[in-house]
Amino acid sequence: MGCGRVGAELAAILDREGNQVTVLDIDPDSFGQLPSDFRGSVVVGNGIDQDVLRRVGVAGADAFVAVTPGDNRNVMASQMAKHLFGVRKVVCRIFDPIREEMYRNLGMETIGPTRVVAGLLKEALEREPAETPASEG
Amino acid sequence: MYIIIVGGGKVGYYLAKQLVEDGHEVLIIEKDAARCEQISAELGDIALRGDGCEGATLEAAGTGRADLFIAVTGDDEDNLVACQVAKTKFSVARAVSRINNPKNEEIFKKLGIDTTVSSTAVILAHIEQELPSHPLIALMTLRGGGLEIVEVKIPRHSDVVGKRIRELLLPQQSLIILTIDEEGTPRIPSDETVVRAGDEVVAVTRRESEDALRAVLTGTQEGE
Repeated sequence: MGCGRVGAELAAILDREGNQVTVLDIDPDSFGQLPSDFRGSVVVGNGIDQDVLRRVGVAGADAFVAVTPGDNRNVMASQMAKHLFGVRKVVCRIFDPIREEMYRNLGMETIGPTRVVAGLLKEALEREPAETPASEG
Repeated sequence: MYIIIVGGGKVGYYLAKQLVEDGHEVLIIEKDAARCEQISAELGDIALRGDGCEGATLEAAGTGRADLFIAVTGDDEDNLVACQVAKTKFSVARAVSRINNPKNEEIFKKLGIDTTVSSTAVILAHIEQELPSHPLIALMTLRGGGLEIVEVKIPRHSDVVGKRIRELLLPQQSLIILTIDEEGTPRIPSDETVVRAGDEVVAVTRRESEDALRAVLTGTQEGE
């Protein structure tokens, strides 16, 4: 759910590995980000509408991933996938670190890019700056 | 009582106004600065600018001592998360949420929101009672004898919801021959089959019994 940069990239990887992938997004233009050889299906619809989730066959899915730009939409759709449709593997992206921690403590599988990326940036800043130009030159 | 309202739109505003008049301590949390100013100008200093889903905002609002937490924004996902944060992080005793999509009632209940209010469902319930919005659809007329095959969808508030087929007082020479549930699964019903809200029911009936059949399958105690 969510065909932005991350959603489209993930869908392409999973498709290439031979999985049956359905991508859901409210904006039909978003599917242009998928590679031209993408074999999965695309559906225009709102992922927090249970009728839409039912129509795309969430009940029979092995996994559900929510990566829209909205934390709350991701949280709500993930909880619907898990508690209404019984999907076993549900992963939810949450940008707000506080909410991410809270929902992780509530038993959700969450990915919090804010803390992860901030940590990576800090590590990069602490590394010696000379390395890269030296190896090139 | 100390009551926190998330969302300063029309619902939040009039709700706060009434609760203030009733003598309660009220705080509205609203994202939009201009809207906050407007509320404060009209109702006194009771608006806090911020995101009602964020822990920091709820902390500043004193959510820990709130007796009642009400989320009434126009977005169900925001209402859900605000209530979940209030319950999980601040242990509010009672969280009430407005829901815009009536079908979200089930998931909100499952996730521990104490009360949900759907204006859509309220309006629907009223017009469903006043309009014959659940007509029998005549699918075909059988040769001779004045028999018809008809279809009707069982409304949510129908009296037959939860009853077994054998408990239904169908008009004479009427017979339910097929039910299709909300998932689209067709079944040939037995006497013990339980009628569920949203079922599409296909029945054979006499033309003159149509109204009576419709009344049995779609009627409620107050209506019809």
